[in-house]
Amino acid sequence: MNVELTDEQKMIQAVARDFAEKEVRPIAEVIDREARFPRETVRRMGELGLMGIAVAEAWGGSGGDTVGYAVALEEVSRACASHGAIMSVNNSLYCDPIAKFGSEEQRRRFLTPFAAGHKLGCFSLTEPEAGSDATNQSTLARRDGDAYVLDGRKIFVTNGREAAAALVFAQTDRAKGPRGISAFLVEKGTPGFTVVKTEDKLGIRASDTAEFLFEGCRVPASARLGEEGQGFKIAMMAIDGGRIGVAAQAVGIAAAAYEAALGYARERKSFGVPIGRHQMVQWMLADMATAIEAARLLTLRAASLKDGAEPFGPQAAMAKLFASEMAMRVTTDAVQVHGGYGFIKEYQVERHFRDAKITQIYEGTSQIQKLVIARHLLSGAAAGS
Amino acid sequence: MKILVMIKQVPDTATQVKIGPDGKAIDTAGITWIVSPYDEYALEEGLRIKEKRGQGEVVAVALGPDRVKEALRSCLAMGADRAIHLNDPAWERADTLMTARALAAAIKQEAPALALFGRQAIDDDMGAVGAAVAELLGWPCASWIMEESVDEAGKAIRVGRQVEGGLELFDLPLPAVVSAQKGLNEPRYPTLKGIMGAKKKEIKDVKAADLGLTAEAPALSVIKLETLPPRPPGRIIQGEAADAAKELVRALREDAKAI
Ligand SMILES: Cc1cc2nc3c(=O)[nH]c(=O)nc-3n(C[C@H](O)[C@H](O)[C@H](O)COP(=O)(O)OP(=O)(O)OC[C@H]3O[C@@H](n4cnc5c(N)ncnc54)[C@H](O)[C@@H]3O)c2cc1C
Repeated sequence: MNVELTDEQKMIQAVARDFAEKEVRPIAEVIDREARFPRETVRRMGELGLMGIAVAEAWGGSGGDTVGYAVALEEVSRACASHGAIMSVNNSLYCDPIAKFGSEEQRRRFLTPFAAGHKLGCFSLTEPEAGSDATNQSTLARRDGDAYVLDGRKIFVTNGREAAAALVFAQTDRAKGPRGISAFLVEKGTPGFTVVKTEDKLGIRASDTAEFLFEGCRVPASARLGEEGQGFKIAMMAIDGGRIGVAAQAVGIAAAAYEAALGYARERKSFGVPIGRHQMVQWMLADMATAIEAARLLTLRAASLKDGAEPFGPQAAMAKLFASEMAMRVTTDAVQVHGGYGFIKEYQVERHFRDAKITQIYEGTSQIQKLVIARHLLSGAAAGS
Repeated sequence: MKILVMIKQVPDTATQVKIGPDGKAIDTAGITWIVSPYDEYALEEGLRIKEKRGQGEVVAVALGPDRVKEALRSCLAMGADRAIHLNDPAWERADTLMTARALAAAIKQEAPALALFGRQAIDDDMGAVGAAVAELLGWPCASWIMEESVDEAGKAIRVGRQVEGGLELFDLPLPAVVSAQKGLNEPRYPTLKGIMGAKKKEIKDVKAADLGLTAEAPALSVIKLETLPPRPPGRIIQGEAADAAKELVRALREDAKAI
């Protein structure tokens, strides 16, 4: 197994780090405080090619791969987890499924400008009664001639207010359960499609999380992505890839908190010595560094499986589970290393601590990851591996 | 218009430099290498000239061992059209003059309208190669430029150099050598597309013999490298602000003899 990045991946990492350090980190604190969507830096991410990293150049993307995506996302998230969330949804949950399932015409209209970063996309699966149990969709898409009519409520849509189009999931045939779910590409401005609310959140506060209402929203049949009934499969494939992104985001958040803690441990003195000389502080730092390294390797392993067109779902779930639990623990300890100052907003670890929490929740909670992993183990597919 | 940009690969500015076992060179183990920042300004300016004219070619040129390919590749990712790598054991101990001779020979072969350099490389800070190349080629040279414009016909370049209290303007007929000062521009980041496309661009390997050069001994040799003595610790003046200020003035005047 090769654990070295290629020259291209290293360059992508360096560009993402440079950009994130110089342009994103300086605004991270204020956009978090003001819960302000960072339009200007998101536009810059588009120019650099960070919004459609693994999408082919012919479709507006950068022609990179999933490993390149993961290292770039880690760097961006290290500076600001909100930017990480915005970037990961556009790449994994919006562009990737359209690249895979879209017709020529759909890719031209719904992929190219989004992968190039001219427009922002979002992914709308969750409903008030359909979170972990995403199959419990109550949004309906009723066939009417050569159109569908959408009715229902969607919540917690990352990029929802800022996006120019949404990938929306709805029931086309309730009797068929999960096999009756279909996917639709709906543009903003379509009559009957409104953004009714933006959430005020604990973390990733500069990313926007919106609620959608569909009331008699008519879309042409050509807006359906994939076949009728294929929607749930499309959603799950997108989320499998998305979990690599969330894992990378978690690694980035944890790395930022750890670096802050390491710096602080060198400077802060207690009992006449830098606190880094106290063995219990060293212990925390050693555990942090080790866990981050392990999570990063799991993430890159899942990414390289995806790039090799091998089954990667269970590995992506493991990476996401491990990395998000790790990020919560590492950011908690980073606050601890800072003592009382860690609890104060002026010190950035407080933000990392709040940002880490979401990685245990979206794209499947930690409990759901365990379910996915255990199901895979018990199905026999994992035998011998 | 063909533009050659000479770049040097140097240790990252954040590197903790360690002296190697022979005491004459730095220990290169574990160093992260980058394109020398002044050379990035030169490359950026070359790309801007090409973009402004809507045509032309920008070629990145570097002398050094195999690892230098990485620096050239990042120039290609930024937008250079192709690269030339002067890579030969004969240049292993190249000093300023040998480097200038090799680069001058490569420039002569390529016959560009403009040869761009950084004002100096940030590793040994000699700042001599650009001017030496101009001398060897018999081309006009302007160093440390802050702005430039090439005339429409591509026959001359006007450059601005910062001098005490103002800007000095020169017109140079092309071909010419100019070196970039900080402030000339803000270098772009390579785009991801640029990075992915860099592999498809050519990096030509050139040996000393290809340039008609024969082995020579460096005229300049390093006798010894020494680390700086450790910085003495800072001093914190205790007490009330007014008293502390008095003590500070006294210390600056009497101890440090700074004021
Ligand atoms: C900031 C933010 C951004 C989001 N972005 C998006 C987005 O862009 N698009 C989108 O579609 N959704 C998005 N979501 C929704 C997110 O994916 C869901 O919130 C998540 O899947 C959990 O669903 P739920 O909130 O309904 O919790 P529930 O499903 O109600 O879960 C509640 C608790 O029960 C546990 N639980 C549930 N079922 C089981 C089980 N079978 N076994 C064990 N434990 C179980 C869960 O782990 C959790 O602890 C976002 C959410 C947030 C907060």
